[in-house]
Amino acid sequence: MAALGRVALLLSFALVVYALTAGSYAAYRRRRRLALSAQNALLAAFGTTLVASAVLLTALARRDFSFVYVASHTSRSLPLGYTLSAFWGGQEGSLLLWLLILSGYAALAVWLNRRSRELVAWVVPVLGGVATFFAFMLCFVSSPFDKAVAPADGAGMVASLQNPYMLAHPPMLYLGYVGLTIPFAFAMGALLSGRTDERWIVATRRWTLTAWTFLGVGQLLGAHWAYVEIGWGGYYAWDPVENAALMPWLAATAFLHSVMIQEKRGMLKVWNMVLVALAFNLSIFGTFLTRSGVINSIHSFSQSPLGGWFLGFIAVCVVFSVGIIYLRLPLLRARTKLESLVSREATFLYNNLLLVALALTILWGVMYPLLTQAVNGETRSVSKPYYNFFLHSFGLPLLLLMGIGPLVAWRRASLRALGRTFIIPAVAALVTGGALIGVGLGSSTPGLLAYTFSAFVFASIVLEFVRGTRATGSLRRLVAKNRRRYGGYVVHASVLLLAIGIAGSSAYQTIRERGLNQGQSMEVAGYTLTYRSLQNTQHANSQSTSATVEVSRGGSHVATLHPGKSFYPVENDFGNDVSIYHDPRTIGDVFTIADQFDKNGTLFLKVLVKPLVNLVWAAGFLFVFGSLVALWPDAVEQRRLAERYEPGAVAART
Amino acid sequence: MALALALGALLAALVVVFVARPFLREPAPASDRLDEQGAVERLRLELLEARDRALAALKELEFDHRTGKVTDDDYREQLGPLRRRAAEALRALEPRADVRPEHVGGRH
Repeated sequence: MAALGRVALLLSFALVVYALTAGSYAAYRRRRRLALSAQNALLAAFGTTLVASAVLLTALARRDFSFVYVASHTSRSLPLGYTLSAFWGGQEGSLLLWLLILSGYAALAVWLNRRSRELVAWVVPVLGGVATFFAFMLCFVSSPFDKAVAPADGAGMVASLQNPYMLAHPPMLYLGYVGLTIPFAFAMGALLSGRTDERWIVATRRWTLTAWTFLGVGQLLGAHWAYVEIGWGGYYAWDPVENAALMPWLAATAFLHSVMIQEKRGMLKVWNMVLVALAFNLSIFGTFLTRSGVINSIHSFSQSPLGGWFLGFIAVCVVFSVGIIYLRLPLLRARTKLESLVSREATFLYNNLLLVALALTILWGVMYPLLTQAVNGETRSVSKPYYNFFLHSFGLPLLLLMGIGPLVAWRRASLRALGRTFIIPAVAALVTGGALIGVGLGSSTPGLLAYTFSAFVFASIVLEFVRGTRATGSLRRLVAKNRRRYGGYVVHASVLLLAIGIAGSSAYQTIRERGLNQGQSMEVAGYTLTYRSLQNTQHANSQSTSATVEVSRGGSHVATLHPGKSFYPVENDFGNDVSIYHDPRTIGDVFTIADQFDKNGTLFLKVLVKPLVNLVWAAGFLFVFGSLVALWPDAVEQRRLAERYEPGAVAART
Repeated sequence: MALALALGALLAALVVVFVARPFLREPAPASDRLDEQGAVERLRLELLEARDRALAALKELEFDHRTGKVTDDDYREQLGPLRRRAAEALRALEPRADVRPEHVGGRH
């Protein structure tokens, strides 16, 4: 069946090249049938890529080791779920997933906007161009359908990837990364066609929000995977590949805010184009970091020859997007100006500057090893203090702005109005800060500021809902009238939970480590951990050694934990099996790591007590809920937009 | 192998037919010109966007006033210009007997 996969991929390549070339020609020379044909090519590319993906999935499910890819990433003893997840576990498969999602998204976006022919005619070649790169890589550089004599067993899967989170985390991230191609393609299509009205924004509003949601959820799932699987006691390590997902998310967050200014005031047209291009290029850069292995990362599971190709493609994308924005600058001039530096739109602007500054400082940190290597042949990297400094410098003001923004009126706000709206949140913040200092939690300045600002933001969000409900008569009507705004506030509340969780679990965590013989105990932050026994267990694809550790608090037994280590014989790899007690009283965790067992049965136990850490995961649920509220279609608005952009279709329906 | 290649050939044939469909359905169309946004349509969109923005700004001002973010004085001060802008945007969209599409197009 590998031949079918190869043929399907070659067809995908031919189709997207056709969409690029015939689509460009048709859009430039105004050829209707050729433009429709190019559009069909893009739709067909999804079908052929789907066939190629089905071939690879079938080979994985059948454990057909004559496929080099299957033999390299799975083994006979690997459970079926993980075997199928090998689809995105390796380089070739993940490139195929990129192309599959891209062609699927492209087909759907083009079909949904098929009535805007003039715009779509230019969107098709842009999407075709991006897809051409990935199809080319799959056909000629890194094919998942290479064959060889089948070995008796496969090489297996890296131990850390054998985790349920790996079934969802990479596809979520890819849905986010790839999703950012759609707003990019529509923005570039709008510039190429000269249609710089808001049509492209309307067409891509939900795509951007969807991609951004997937990227956010993907990162949280990845953080949870790192927390429970990597076994170092944290969830975010400023690893280059983690940063690679964070950067486009920050750029997309900035865009989601600034695009509202364009919609409401007709301003920031150039800035929005820049942000869309930045988010897309950062998503390609993220894929490059993940797949090339050029920077040392816990996620770079292999070195590969893709780096040069990706760098070339990124260069083409950057030159293309900067060039086209520059050429179309005259069409992007705003007719209105910022009326006041104290207004809602001004707070959005400040938020944008901070978000982009944070994204760019992270980019600098990620690229630093590459740059030092290129300049003086010596790889140097920046570490946690660098990132933490900028997180505090830009993240804390961003947190505060999340609370200030909703309190400020559009256009301009007077000092008297500000005094009236700020009083309750300001009192809440001061009381919280004072209380924290009073109970002795003022030792960490960033932690103290994070909680003080969080109180301000929380009060501001609650006030927004209370005053809005009073003004409209009901909460339901309030949210229904402006789902994007109130969904956005729910998302802000989730960011707040995240900030509280991060501050609590990092600034106020306790770490202890010591060797214990059976029967011995250790005390950590009010918990007593007693090492009872040691067990060996044989699993389908691994052998594990785990300790039994009893946890008590105030003399009462609260949990029995089993930290240990697993050995994967096929992969010849070890994995850490951390064991965690979720304490409902502190919303925190007692996190145990069996660092080492010696031959006398001594356990070297590392214990981390992380208060409030579960708020980080709870934030994920609230984030999804808020995003869904914001994404939910608004019938009134859709009718208004249809009247604006498709008057013929509306007239025909009525 | 043969089956796979046969399936591949079938897939290729289907794809070719699908891509050629616009030409197969309309071998000799009266016009093969892609719709283009003319000056009139461009102006109509600009005016509609301006109208929606002006009406939204009025709504926002009203809501900000009711939720206490805008004082009574500021509200009164801002209401007039915003109303005028909305009225202008609405008037600009009204069909005018003296302006035919050619004239509108000619101004741009």
